[in-house]
Amino acid sequence: MTDIVIKDVDFGYSEDRIVLHDINLEIHEPGLYCIIGPNGVGKSTMVKCVSKIIEPLRGQVLLDGEDVAKMHHKDVAKKVGFVPAFSQDAFSMSVINTILIGRYNHQKWGSRQKDLEMVYKTMKLLHIENLGMRNYNALSAGQHQKVSIARGLVQEPAVLILDEPTANLDVKYQVYVMEMLRAIAIEKGMVIMTICHDLNITAKYAHQVIMLARPGRIHAVGPPDEVLTEENIREVYGINCRIVRDEEMDIPYIILGSAIMGAAEDYRNPSNGAPAPSFTLPLIYGEGVYPSNINANIQYIVWIQIVWGISPFINTFKNTRKDCLYR
Amino acid sequence: MSKLKIRTKVAELGKGVRLSNVASRKYRDSDTATASQRAVADYKAYRYAKTLMLIVVALLCLVALGVDIGLGPYHIDFLDVYRAIFDRLGDWGGTMTTDEKVVWDLRMPRVLTALFAGMGLAMAGAAMQSMMKNPLADPYTTGISSGAALGATLAMTMGIFLIPGTFGTVVNAFVFALIPAGFIIAMSVYRKPSPAMIILSGISLMYIFNAIQSYLMLVADPNAASSVYAWTIGSLNQASWDNLPFIFCVSLLGGIALMYMARVLNTMNSGDAYSKSIGINVNRARIIVLVTISVVAAGIVSFTGIIGFIGLVGPHIARMFVGSDNKILIPAAGLMGAGLMLLADCVVQTVAETMPIGIITSIIGGPVFMLLILRQKREVW
Repeated sequence: MTDIVIKDVDFGYSEDRIVLHDINLEIHEPGLYCIIGPNGVGKSTMVKCVSKIIEPLRGQVLLDGEDVAKMHHKDVAKKVGFVPAFSQDAFSMSVINTILIGRYNHQKWGSRQKDLEMVYKTMKLLHIENLGMRNYNALSAGQHQKVSIARGLVQEPAVLILDEPTANLDVKYQVYVMEMLRAIAIEKGMVIMTICHDLNITAKYAHQVIMLARPGRIHAVGPPDEVLTEENIREVYGINCRIVRDEEMDIPYIILGSAIMGAAEDYRNPSNGAPAPSFTLPLIYGEGVYPSNINANIQYIVWIQIVWGISPFINTFKNTRKDCLYR
Repeated sequence: MSKLKIRTKVAELGKGVRLSNVASRKYRDSDTATASQRAVADYKAYRYAKTLMLIVVALLCLVALGVDIGLGPYHIDFLDVYRAIFDRLGDWGGTMTTDEKVVWDLRMPRVLTALFAGMGLAMAGAAMQSMMKNPLADPYTTGISSGAALGATLAMTMGIFLIPGTFGTVVNAFVFALIPAGFIIAMSVYRKPSPAMIILSGISLMYIFNAIQSYLMLVADPNAASSVYAWTIGSLNQASWDNLPFIFCVSLLGGIALMYMARVLNTMNSGDAYSKSIGINVNRARIIVLVTISVVAAGIVSFTGIIGFIGLVGPHIARMFVGSDNKILIPAAGLMGAGLMLLADCVVQTVAETMPIGIITSIIGGPVFMLLILRQKREVW
């Protein structure tokens, strides 16, 4: 079990483009930690600071009380494993060889029996044991994801960080992977940090939820019940929602409502205060209401007619060329 | 179809080799063997099949070596070549027969130069491709060839030597070929050396070197210009026992160093972020690999001139057969490069002895490679 302490961390590519502000976080217990927050808020950046892929501008990341900035990459890698969001290898190897890379810190030049058996067991755990000899780039996106997760697991770190492990997976494996990660975290006493976009999956499986809000601050940390509240979700994501408690499974279930674009009040119906429909189609023909302004915008309609008229010819032309090329 | 059959046979053969191992037989045949042990045994059989393939290619190279030495105006039979070699090795100080003289003093340096040059260039090319994550990369991508050409041009047209003497041109070419690597190291102080940056800075250096070289050739005496031109094509005419040790050391030691870095190269293939997370200082590793490749390529180029194609195609042909695992790919590419060079030299010796080998490698290798690409069903790239 490894203690992670993130102390006053600021990260930015330069002083005037700070991504993360004043991050303070302490993790002392094993478990599944889900990091949630809107796009571009710095979730990946934060976990990359922990695994020393990037180094913070200010502040410290401590692993068992040792400053990551002063540790060697190799020593960090022995404690922290990282599974990137998506990777397409330029020259792909077989799946077994790709997963064996994860044993980099444990093996010497050759692959020993133990490494290979471990790889096979992990593949079996993720139900990809029949893909062993396939080429990595020939797999589907979901299979890629499973191989990446397997590669992270064979590394046997004390802390495993997964950047969107459920992306590209089908519903069954989204649930299966999260269940598995939760079980591994408890059984092996590991800290598993995942970046997640599905609030319901987070609510169901996370031991702790770390919620990031713009501009790169920690909004709330705690168990899913405390963090995933209607106010928090509205403030952080800008979306209306309702939370129901499922009695049987005893977990919060989030029903998403309408997205709040701009100031929410502007869209409310002034007569009865009812919320506006979630999505209003933008008006294509000018700024005003469509019928009254039609004459002012007649030129666009003419252009559209012309393009529409030409398009069949263009298509025919394209098809002819294609035939020539591929015949 | 036939290819598939051959592959299956090779795999079976590999399994057979593996099965001779007692431990493996226990895992494969007994009922108590767990699924994982069986899977591991299968994987190892697959690895053995690939190693077997390497051995076969190495043997083919040895045959090509014998054939190549035999070719020429004074024809020597294949078996006689090896007899001459073994006789000479057995009786080192003694007087040489005509066969032995031809084999050892006239042809051996050239053929061994071809072998080691091909091996070094192809190994360097394989490492460069893996490092740059780019199938178009070859050992010269960073501008090594243009640097070497400029160094040689300076020596041949202007008489500017860094070190006077018989090796003046060679030293010039070697030092100038290392300029791009030095430039990238200097740049890495200010910016992280990403693959795109390395390639682009290499290309810009290449243009600068080419411009200077073109100007020098324009103003130079036509004879000097023509000898510079001949140098840039690449030939084995300069090969001698005096030059050989250097090429041997550079390509063999460089190759071993690159094989040692194969695991790092494998990891770098999965992206910089992942490599860092697994404990590799990516920027430093990239510089080390780059310097190794540069020294290998520069060492070979400065003696033989710019032999193109081998460094690009040797690795690709190897990739088709053994896949992209650098641990196997780099030695396979080395053997493939050596074999290609020997074949090209065979053609040179039968068609026209004075023809520079650089022309033959491209003119024969190009179509062959295209054919291989067209016939390739599996997705290697």
